[in-house]
Amino acid sequence: MEKSVILEMKDITKRFGKTLANDHINLRLYQGEIHALLGENGAGKSTLMNILLGIYRPNSGEIFYKGKRVSIKSPKHAVELGIGMVHQHFELIPTLSVAENIFLSIGQCKFILNKKNMEETIARYAEKFGLAVDPAAKVWQLSVGEQQRVEIMKLLCRDCEIMILDEPSAVLTPQESKEMFRTLRKMADEGKTVIFISHKMSEVMEHADRITVLKGGKVEDEMLAKDATVERLTKAVVGLRSLEKTVRSPIKENSSLLLEIEHLCVHNDKGIDALKDVSFSLRQGEIFAIAGVAGNGQRELAEALAGLRKVKSGCIRMNGRDITKSNARQRMEMGISFIPEDRLQMGLIPGMNMKQNIILKKFREPEYSRFGFLRNKSIKAVTEKYVETYDIKNGGIELPVSMMSGGNQQKLLVAREIQCDPVLIIAAYPVRGLDIGASEAIHRILMEQRNRGACVLLISEELDEIFDMSDRVAVLCDGKVMGIRNTSETDYDEIGRLMSGETA
Amino acid sequence: MDIGAIQIEKKQVVPLINKILNPIIFVLLGLAFGSIMIIAVGFNPITVYSKMISYSFFRLRGISGSIKAGLPLMLCGLSVSVAFKMNLNNIGAEGQYAMGAILGGWFALFGPEMPIMLKLIVMFLLCAAGGALWAMIAAALKAYWNVNETIVTLMLNYVALLFLDYLCYGPWMAKKQTTAISESIPKGMHLPDIGNTGINAGILIAVLIAVFLYIYLRMTTAGYQMEVIRNSRKTAEYAGINVRKHILMVLGLSGAIAGLAGFVQVTGVVHRVQAQLPGGSGYTGIVIAYLSQFNPIAVIIVSILFGGLVNSCAAVQIMGVPSQIATMLQGSIMIFVIAGEFFNHYKVSFNSAKRDRYYKIDRNQHKEIEGVKQ
Repeated sequence: MEKSVILEMKDITKRFGKTLANDHINLRLYQGEIHALLGENGAGKSTLMNILLGIYRPNSGEIFYKGKRVSIKSPKHAVELGIGMVHQHFELIPTLSVAENIFLSIGQCKFILNKKNMEETIARYAEKFGLAVDPAAKVWQLSVGEQQRVEIMKLLCRDCEIMILDEPSAVLTPQESKEMFRTLRKMADEGKTVIFISHKMSEVMEHADRITVLKGGKVEDEMLAKDATVERLTKAVVGLRSLEKTVRSPIKENSSLLLEIEHLCVHNDKGIDALKDVSFSLRQGEIFAIAGVAGNGQRELAEALAGLRKVKSGCIRMNGRDITKSNARQRMEMGISFIPEDRLQMGLIPGMNMKQNIILKKFREPEYSRFGFLRNKSIKAVTEKYVETYDIKNGGIELPVSMMSGGNQQKLLVAREIQCDPVLIIAAYPVRGLDIGASEAIHRILMEQRNRGACVLLISEELDEIFDMSDRVAVLCDGKVMGIRNTSETDYDEIGRLMSGETA
Repeated sequence: MDIGAIQIEKKQVVPLINKILNPIIFVLLGLAFGSIMIIAVGFNPITVYSKMISYSFFRLRGISGSIKAGLPLMLCGLSVSVAFKMNLNNIGAEGQYAMGAILGGWFALFGPEMPIMLKLIVMFLLCAAGGALWAMIAAALKAYWNVNETIVTLMLNYVALLFLDYLCYGPWMAKKQTTAISESIPKGMHLPDIGNTGINAGILIAVLIAVFLYIYLRMTTAGYQMEVIRNSRKTAEYAGINVRKHILMVLGLSGAIAGLAGFVQVTGVVHRVQAQLPGGSGYTGIVIAYLSQFNPIAVIIVSILFGGLVNSCAAVQIMGVPSQIATMLQGSIMIFVIAGEFFNHYKVSFNSAKRDRYYKIDRNQHKEIEGVKQ
C-alpha cells in the first residue's frame, strides 16, 4: 500500500527570547506509520510537538494537514483536527473509573451519565486495537502500564488520527513496553499515525518505521528505521563529541562489608507497608543496583537509608554499628550521600541560586561560615570551582537554579553530593530525563566514585543503565526483594521477569 | 494563564526600579480614587491632600507624630516579616503585643523595688518574653502536630485581648478612673524623647531590631536555613536542618518583637496599661510587612508613612471632612498599593494585532479543513 502524507511541517521556526528552539524544521508524517523523534534534551522535540498540539505558535513556517494549510490555534483545535498526545505525566483522575475518565476527556458529560453506553463503546475500541482495559476499574487501582493504555484509549475515542507519545516506555517494565509497542503497531496498521519521542536508540530502531533526529533545534538526520545503525544515530544525536566510555576497574576481591540491611520494614506516606522484610548488604567499591518499576518501595528504601524516613522494624548497620535510629544529619556526617529522585522537590532548591545550593549540606563548616556568619567570598570561590570542574553550564551563579537545564541541575546536585568523599552514595534514578551527554557525565562521575572505593546504591528502572553500570543487582517488587544477582551472571530477561513479580 | 485577549505571565525576576516605582504609582492612583470620595462630600481634593501632606511630613511636630504613631506598627510589621521569611503566617502580632504589654506592665506596676534602669530592662525582657511565649504556643502546635499557625495565632489574639480587657476592667483598673486603664507606671520608666525633637526613643529600639533582622536574614547561617525551609521543607530535612527548632525559634522571635510593641507603647506613649491597647496595630503590621516586601528596613519607612497617614487623616477632620471619609482614604490607598503588588510579580500583556496577523490569513482554510472532516 502506498502511504500518503498526512501531515507536513515546513520550515517551522520557534524562538524563545534569544534562543532558537526550532530552526527551520521540516517534518513529514505518513499515514499509518510509526515515527520516532530522537534527540537530546533541548534539541527542540517538545517545542515541535507543542506546536503541533497548538500550545505554541511558530514564529514562521507552515503546517499542512491532509494537504490543506492549517494553523493550529489551541489544543482544542488540535483535537478537532485529530491530533492528540499522551504526556509523560498522565492526566487522569484517580478516583474515577476508566470509562468516566475517558468520557470526561471527550466532553460527553451530560447531566445524566449513560455508564453502560460508555463502557460498551470502550470495550469495542479495546477489542479493535488490542488494548486490554477494564472500563469499570478505578484509575488508582491500575498499574502505570494500564494507565497509559487509558491515555491511549482517550485519544482513540476522540478519533485522533495522529497520536503523539512523549517517552512512552520510560515508565514501563520491559515486558509492558513490548506490549505497548505491539498496540502502537496495531493502531498504525489500522491507519493511525503514531509519533513518539524517545531517548533510547534500541527501541527506536526496533519499533519505528522512520526516525527523525533533532539536534540544536534543527533536523540533524532523517532515515528509515531499517537504515539506522547505532553509530549513525549516536553521531546524529550527540554530534562529533566523543563519548568517553566509563572505565570500570575490577572489583577488589577482599573489599569489606559496608552496610548491612536486615529485615527492614518501612511505611510509605500513607502508612502502608512499602518495604517488607528487605535484607541485603553492600560492599565498598561496588555499584549495587536496585532494579524495579518505580513505586515498588524504592523511594522508601532510599529515604530510610538516608535517615529521612522512620524504620518500622529491622535494622541498618554500617561498618558493624547499628545506625537505624540516627537522623539525616548524623547519616550525612557518616558519609552517606543521597541523590534523590525528584531533584527539584528534594535535593535542590529551585528558587535559590547556585551558591546557596552548593553549601546546602556544608554551610556549618568553617570553610563556609564563621561565628554563624556566611563567608561569601569563599562560597563564591567554591561555586566557581564547581562550575569549572564539572562543566556546569549556567546563566550566572546568582540566578536561581530553576533556570538551568535539567542536566546541569543534576550535575550540580551530583557534584555537591560527591564533594565530601562519601562512603555510600544513594543515587535514585540519577539520569532520569537527562539527555545522552549529561547521562554519560553523571555515569562517569558515579563510576569514578566506585573506583575510588565508595559504594554506589543505584536505583534505576532502565535495564541498559543497570547492566552498564552495576556489579550486583537486586530486584524490588511490591516492597520485597525478588532476587539478588551478579550482573555478569544474569540477563535482561531474567531481571525483567523478576521486576514483574515472578519468582525465579 | 490566558483570559481571552489578556495574557498573564509570572515574572522570573523583578527589577529594583519596579519595586520602588510601583508602590509610588499605586499610592498616586489610590489618592486619585480617594479624590472621588472627597469631591462627593464637597471638598477640593488638592487642598485636602496638600493639608494632609503638610500636616504630617512638613513640620517637625508632624514628623515626630508620624513616627510616634508608626512605632507600634514598625514592631508589628517586623514581627510579621520575620515569620513570613519562613512562610509562617503570624497574624497574631496583635495578641503577642497584648501579652507583651500584660507581662511587662504587670512588672512595671506591681514588680519589686529596684533601681529604675534595671526595672526598665527587666520590663523590656518580660515584654519580649510575653510575646514570644504567646507565639510559641502556635509554634509548638505547628512544629509537632502541623497545626495551621494562621488559625492558632488568630484565635490566640482574642484570648490575649480579652485577658487584657479583664485585667484593665478588673483587678488593674485605676481608682478614680472611669475608663479601663491601670495606674500610671513609675515616672522613671517613661521612655523619653530624643532631645527636643519630640521623637520618642522607642524608635531606636525599632531601628536596632530592623538592622539586626536585616543582617540576621541575609548574612547568617540561621537566615540561610530559614530561606531553605521557606523554599522547601523537604529539602531542608534532607540537608539535616532541624525544621522544628527553626519554627519555634522564628515564631518566638516574631512574637518577641511584637511583644516589644507593647513595651514602647506602654513606656513611650500611654504610660499605663489599657484595654484595647494594640488597637489593630497587629493587623496593620501585616499590611505593612507585605508592602515592605518583608524587608526590615523598608518596614521602618513604610510604618512612618502609615503613621503619617493615620495622623493626617485625623487632621483633615479638622477641616470638616467626615472622619469616615478619612478612614476610607486610608483604606483606598492600602488597597491600591496591595493590588499594585500584583503587577510587580506578573506581566500582563494584550494579544496585539501584530501577533495575530500571520494567522488571520488562513482562517478560511481552517474552515475548509473542518468541512473535510465532516
